[in-house]
Amino acid sequence: MENAKLLEMCRQMLTIRFFEEKIFELYGQNLVPGTIHLYAGEEAVAVGVCANLRKDDYITSTHRGHGHCIAKGARLDKTMAEILGKKTGYCKGKGGSMHIADFNMGMLGATAVVGAGIPIAAGAGLSIKLRGTDQVVACFFGEGASNQGTFHEGINLAGVWGLPVVFVCENNLYAMGTRQSRVMLIEDIADRASAYGIQGVAVDGNDVLAVYEAARMAVERARRGGGPTLIECKTYRQKGHSRFDPATYRPKEEVGEWLKKDPIARFQTKLFEMGVLTEAEAQKMVQEAKRAVDEATKFAMESPFPEPVEALEDVYANEESAAIK
Amino acid sequence: MREVTIRDALREALREEMQRDNTVFLLGEDIGRYWGGAFGVTKGLAEEFGDERVRDTPISESAIIGVGVGAAITGMRSVAEIMFGDLSALAMDQICNQAAKIRYMFGGQASVPLVVRTPFGAGVNIASHHSQSLEAWFMHTPGLYVAVPSTSYDAKGLLKTAIRGNDPVLFVEHKLLYAVNGLIPEEDYTVPFGAADIKREGSDVSIVATLYMVHKALTAAEQLSKEGISTEVIDPRTLVPLDKQTIVKSVKKTGRLVVVSEDCKTAGVSAEITAIVAEEALDYLDAPIRRIAEPDTPIPFSPALEKFVIPNEKSIAKAVKEIV
Repeated sequence: MENAKLLEMCRQMLTIRFFEEKIFELYGQNLVPGTIHLYAGEEAVAVGVCANLRKDDYITSTHRGHGHCIAKGARLDKTMAEILGKKTGYCKGKGGSMHIADFNMGMLGATAVVGAGIPIAAGAGLSIKLRGTDQVVACFFGEGASNQGTFHEGINLAGVWGLPVVFVCENNLYAMGTRQSRVMLIEDIADRASAYGIQGVAVDGNDVLAVYEAARMAVERARRGGGPTLIECKTYRQKGHSRFDPATYRPKEEVGEWLKKDPIARFQTKLFEMGVLTEAEAQKMVQEAKRAVDEATKFAMESPFPEPVEALEDVYANEESAAIK
Repeated sequence: MREVTIRDALREALREEMQRDNTVFLLGEDIGRYWGGAFGVTKGLAEEFGDERVRDTPISESAIIGVGVGAAITGMRSVAEIMFGDLSALAMDQICNQAAKIRYMFGGQASVPLVVRTPFGAGVNIASHHSQSLEAWFMHTPGLYVAVPSTSYDAKGLLKTAIRGNDPVLFVEHKLLYAVNGLIPEEDYTVPFGAADIKREGSDVSIVATLYMVHKALTAAEQLSKEGISTEVIDPRTLVPLDKQTIVKSVKKTGRLVVVSEDCKTAGVSAEITAIVAEEALDYLDAPIRRIAEPDTPIPFSPALEKFVIPNEKSIAKAVKEIV
């Protein structure tokens, strides 16, 4: 991989981390309505996968989706504005943290229904096949979603129709507070791929280069018409499920072990070893990422809230025909 | 004009829209060349357009709709068939939480040109899982349109509007209407959403009815006319959007309203229409509103039981006579 690309991946991971830290901070100041689900700790997954995608490729996302948006190239300012419920946000304040979309960047939106994005991703894959382009879809979901019927239905269909979809399971071990071992007898979600006759691979989801490599092979396979792949990325959320979840269900030792495997620190160390990055350059990168997040935050904070009556817009394409009601 | 069944009218709409726009494709269980759909609506289309555009699916209702949604937001026009309306329950999340909400929750960034065709209705002795009328579930979901054609003309014209539109449509077909004949023109035409059709003009009482109940209401109206009662029969044709104006105007003229619907009475189609008239034309009413609907039970199997729960011409005529 080219050095520039490695550095860009590092910069993206830092940006996601600082973005999430900023939201954590703003939430504490009561500036973020609703709830939030932070991606901190899982950055290697979104970045490692999206580094293989083109602008015209698609992704689908989840309630824990800020990282996916940023990795796919969404703007920080419009993302932050959406999270703060502002008119200038991606969804004009109608979606919020759990429903960010940027169709210009192929980000087909985050659904907050666990597993619901899986058949939708398959549908985008079918669209690609019917239109005869060489785009691919990356579909992000958690290990909890792999217990939904949509996982079975969507992946089976993508397999049997040979659709260009990369299914990316972010296994962070806990579905809210429920540990994987309490709800599944298997350890590797990747094993489920065999039930659909497709390739499945489990990788260290805190190693961005491992994720990148697995995704590279899966994206290439999809692009050349070889059908879908299931990639399981073993990772860990560094915060609770949502903002006020202290995550006491996770043993301290376990949290400590995973913090030692922080994907950003590991990648930086690797880049130092490879001679791609110096301490000074790393410091500069940190400052730049923080500045980008600060600028986005300023934009979002200074943006107006939508007019209340805007709540009535965007229900239908043709508002006039709906108004007959 | 020529006479065709509703089944054939629907197939013509699908064929013509597929010829007109190559982004239109169909998916569903057994809609392809071996079966042509459980009710034969898509018969011959796979042979004509190929298996890629007329796709047989696994028995995966949630994925059928989810795939339809994913294709619709990325440049295709998806027409999904759910074999029986009752099975839409298996795809409720994809229909109501995904398809219906995508435009809104993403701030208008995306359109979802998805038509979900599905048959509702009782009367063929196939019991509780193949007979329901669930229109009200979908009327209660902003972002969805609900079309309820009762004639060949309306079925073809409304389906074309549904396919050409940019929002998801729950397109209801009544299983007892597939074989019913009606006249349609030779040339291309569409029927707009939100435009009720007065199927019979009258002056003493207004009946609002949908789907198969339109035909029963017309039969009742014919009988009533022999007894000197002039009945107006209004078919909303789409429940969302609902043409309130035509209904209210008719009630203002006749002063009496009977609403006939095949779904359960509680919180059903008839409840909504009744409420609108109560809100907007109460002062014009000369008698209480009557609702004819199914009782709040599942649909039973035995012909003796099933016949009892489905509204019929006699119950409609009786309700009219009670208030005239």
